[in-house]
Amino acid sequence: MAGPSLMDSLFQRSLDDIIKGVRLCPPGTEPTFIAKSLDEIRREVKSTDRQTKAIALQKLTYLHSLHGVDMSWAAFQCVELSSSSAHSHKRIAYLAASLSFNPSTTDVILLLTHQLRKDLSSSSVHDVSLALSTLSSICNPDLSRDLTPELFTLLSSGKPFVRKKAIAAILRVFEQYPDAVRVCFKRVVENLETTDVGILSAVVGLFCELAVKEPRSYLPLAPEFYKILVDCRNNWILIKVLKIFAKLAPLEPRLGKRVVEPICEHMGRTGAKSLAFECMMTIVSSMSEYESAVKLAVGKVREFLLDDDPNLKYLGLQALTMVAQKHMWAVLENKELVVKALSDVDVNIKLEALRLVMSMVSEDNVMEICRILISHAQKSDPEFCNEILGYILFTCSRNFYEVICDFDWYVAFLGEMARIPHCQKGKEIETQLIDIGMRVKDARLELVDVARSLVIDPALLGNPFVHGVLAAAAWVSGEYVALSRNPFELVEALLQPRTSLLTPSVRSVYIQSAFKALIFCIWSYGKLNGDDASDPSALTELVAKCHLEGNSETVACESLSDTEVDNANMVIAGGQMSSASSRKYHLTKESLEGLVNLVGTNLGPLAGSDEVEIQERASNVLGFIELMKPELYGHLGHTEGNGMKGKLEASEVVKLMFDVFSEELGPVSLSAQEKVPLPDGLVLKENLSDLEAICSDVKFPLSTSFSLVHSQIMEKDTASSPECKEESGPSTESTSLLAEHRKRHGLYYLPSENKGTTFNDFPPAHEPKDKTIDEAEDLAKLTEESLIIKKKQNQVKPRPVVVKLDDGEGLNVAVEKSKVKTDLISGAVREVLLGNEATTSSSRSKSSNKSSKRREVDRIPESGNDIVNTAISERSNVGSGRRKHQTHLSSGKEKEQHDHKGKQKRDSRHHKHKSRQRADGAMNIPVQSPVIPDFLL
Amino acid sequence: MIHFVLLISRQGKVRLTKWYSPYSMKERSKVIRELSGIILNRGPKLCKFVEWRGYKVVYRRYAGLYICMCVDHDDNELEILEIIHHYVVILDHYFGSVCELDLIFNFHKAYYILDEILIAGELQESNKKTVERLIDAQDLLEEVAEEDASSVNHIIAQASKNK
Repeated sequence: MAGPSLMDSLFQRSLDDIIKGVRLCPPGTEPTFIAKSLDEIRREVKSTDRQTKAIALQKLTYLHSLHGVDMSWAAFQCVELSSSSAHSHKRIAYLAASLSFNPSTTDVILLLTHQLRKDLSSSSVHDVSLALSTLSSICNPDLSRDLTPELFTLLSSGKPFVRKKAIAAILRVFEQYPDAVRVCFKRVVENLETTDVGILSAVVGLFCELAVKEPRSYLPLAPEFYKILVDCRNNWILIKVLKIFAKLAPLEPRLGKRVVEPICEHMGRTGAKSLAFECMMTIVSSMSEYESAVKLAVGKVREFLLDDDPNLKYLGLQALTMVAQKHMWAVLENKELVVKALSDVDVNIKLEALRLVMSMVSEDNVMEICRILISHAQKSDPEFCNEILGYILFTCSRNFYEVICDFDWYVAFLGEMARIPHCQKGKEIETQLIDIGMRVKDARLELVDVARSLVIDPALLGNPFVHGVLAAAAWVSGEYVALSRNPFELVEALLQPRTSLLTPSVRSVYIQSAFKALIFCIWSYGKLNGDDASDPSALTELVAKCHLEGNSETVACESLSDTEVDNANMVIAGGQMSSASSRKYHLTKESLEGLVNLVGTNLGPLAGSDEVEIQERASNVLGFIELMKPELYGHLGHTEGNGMKGKLEASEVVKLMFDVFSEELGPVSLSAQEKVPLPDGLVLKENLSDLEAICSDVKFPLSTSFSLVHSQIMEKDTASSPECKEESGPSTESTSLLAEHRKRHGLYYLPSENKGTTFNDFPPAHEPKDKTIDEAEDLAKLTEESLIIKKKQNQVKPRPVVVKLDDGEGLNVAVEKSKVKTDLISGAVREVLLGNEATTSSSRSKSSNKSSKRREVDRIPESGNDIVNTAISERSNVGSGRRKHQTHLSSGKEKEQHDHKGKQKRDSRHHKHKSRQRADGAMNIPVQSPVIPDFLL
Repeated sequence: MIHFVLLISRQGKVRLTKWYSPYSMKERSKVIRELSGIILNRGPKLCKFVEWRGYKVVYRRYAGLYICMCVDHDDNELEILEIIHHYVVILDHYFGSVCELDLIFNFHKAYYILDEILIAGELQESNKKTVERLIDAQDLLEEVAEEDASSVNHIIAQASKNK
């Protein structure tokens, strides 16, 4: 026993040895060295010699705090060492404890309670101070509860040094154990009147932290804070007091009126930037209704903005952002500085400036601001460029494109953004392009134009960041192909060879869009050539039905139907229409054949693609072309009349496909799913665990039907006759298995009359309108009533309708949950302050009339706000009529506010009351009525 | 309030960490990694504030040492800059033109001084003289004790006691 102890003491490596050792370690061997040292420490720390233990613990603390070594295992040794009588040991033990203990997981903390209590009541200030520091960092509810009495004593300790630390530490105790507030709060408040700067600083800091959480409870203390604000000359304290007022002023308008003047004085007088900044922030955040003060503050902000110090510039911008919410003029005054900050060297400053600029955006200036920003974005580094784009996209789309009036501009702008080389916001632009397409009918014409220019540009295909945008553009041009100037060109663009650079998912969108465009061409061709099969009036109806109802679309519709009625009409209309109609002229058989061939040659190879999505879509198109070819050639040999039946079928298919594609896609409400009523008999909560037992006895056929090779062969087989592809069901083997299974376990299948038509029971994704629409679907779909039309008068160009769903999308704005949970601390604080005020009023009421007392008593049970007001009104009586002699009387006022302690001389109090009564004589009655009194302080 | 204080060298070595809010060991090392990545890469002529996870980190560079403090969003950045400077001035005075090595070999002293300046994440003493006086007084106590403990007599007494 003695041996190792002596050896350990004599040959123990000191802290310096360890530090040097770590520093001298060759790279890579540090962990080994630390592990070795840890082994030593583990041994040494168990030594009975306190000095050895202390050094071991100190070394461990070093490794823990700077090298992240776990030292939770040594928690007990910390507790052991803390009981040493030597201050140096105590210091090491408490440092180790405060750095390594976790209040919620270290269980030996409780063992420290006794030692902490002993040290808190020690005669050595240094021991007390150590204990307080440690307590503040390892405080948990148990510790707080057990040590509250000691802290309570320390709060009025005669040694300022101790009292200050106790006040600071008690914040943590309050947080952990709110009941401590009831015991200690009064003493804490008493410390507000101290003359010692350290104590005052601590107590103000404490209230500052408490007020951040729940300011209302501290309103009754406003007079004390006001005194500090006026009298104190210590900047640290002033900053904290200003923070408290920034929290209190919004709750009590009269308070703002009172403090705004001294704050402005401080701002004007001080040379310290930190204090000036705090004054500035207090005014702009909480006293923005005082014009003159705001003017002063904005002047100061400008000083900051003009300063060379980047810190001040940054803070100036931040302050300006805060002003901007209520005083736009302040930003406009400093506009050139803000724009200049956009090209600052510091990213943080640039971001702040950007935020500020975006906060200014409104309907009137959105175009101008976006123009400025985009030119900045083009000049900036990629990171900031995307920051700008992100902000623009976010701001413009906010609340259903609230700030956008001119959607044509915005859509073109989106296209422009996508073309910026650094743009990485493809995803967002993609979403918005499609969203606008669906929500804003009037913007579709321009949208299709923008989409065309994006799709047609081969250069864009090489940039992976814009692939999302291209997908959206392709979808838009396919979906609204009826508005396209030249569908031929579109199909060409969608099938250009460079599309092989696209990701499969985007490419499949391209193929699908080409398909849509192709069907549109063939369909229009059929119509233009006065298809005998359908009568013209029915056709017009069809067109009207199938087309979307928007303005621009009707233009297209009319142009189509006009073509049939009178060819001469077409040339009359404006550019868009004439181009649309001229297109019709070029719709010749040859061009159509060319188009079909182009599609065929381009998509042919894709039918063997590895990507299922591409392969399937390409096969769809190819199958359709196969189907169409007889018709096209049928037209060729139209006079012969052969294949009349086949042609008819084909045109019907075209019509069908066209119908399918021209069904409008609307935005879907987020709550749509919830609105679908549960079908009868569908049991969702049924336990499916016994399904496993059933499944286990089903032999899964090891068929190759899932392999890609097989399906490709199938594809080839069916390519010539796509109709049969649809009919080809699952393999007979599996069908019979399935049927058998159904027979045995009917419970887990949807009920159906005839199993052949099971699939028809599901409603198609887009049901044609003439069918009776399911009620639930009706709700989910967009109806005319659900459109919220935002009318804007006095505009050159009326804002187009932006479709919003009546309720669903509001849901994600999250139902604001009211904070029911009342803060325990503030509850206790209120209780204590209320007690205070109650005694105040009762002691006062001796000299004032009885009614006031009764009023006080009556009002006590009421809720916090009233209590606070009452308390204020009591005090406010004092302030009236004294405004002129403020400085002179402030000391007297202070005394009066605390006369309830009874420490003042009787006669002086009597005198004060006299003066109060004199001053308020006339106002007594109004003050007593529930009306809010005039003065707070 | 101040959530934590970090001293990081230009090479990314940690010289002091003090946490006023509870962070687990894992979180601590993550925070240090993240912040040293951000702060060490910032140029010298830029502002000394970084927004980070909804907090603000205020830092100041002294030679090769960065002192960072993480504060709440509504705290006064300039005040924090002054607190940092306050700390450095006291360190400087205590060690006599402080350098990084002083802090490395006297890491505990750096903590003791910090504890006299900040408590529970709040500034507790703005008077430099007071802090110095307190630290000196405690050092004196310690020295006396150390002299006792390290004397050969003490060691022998200890050893013979255990026998």
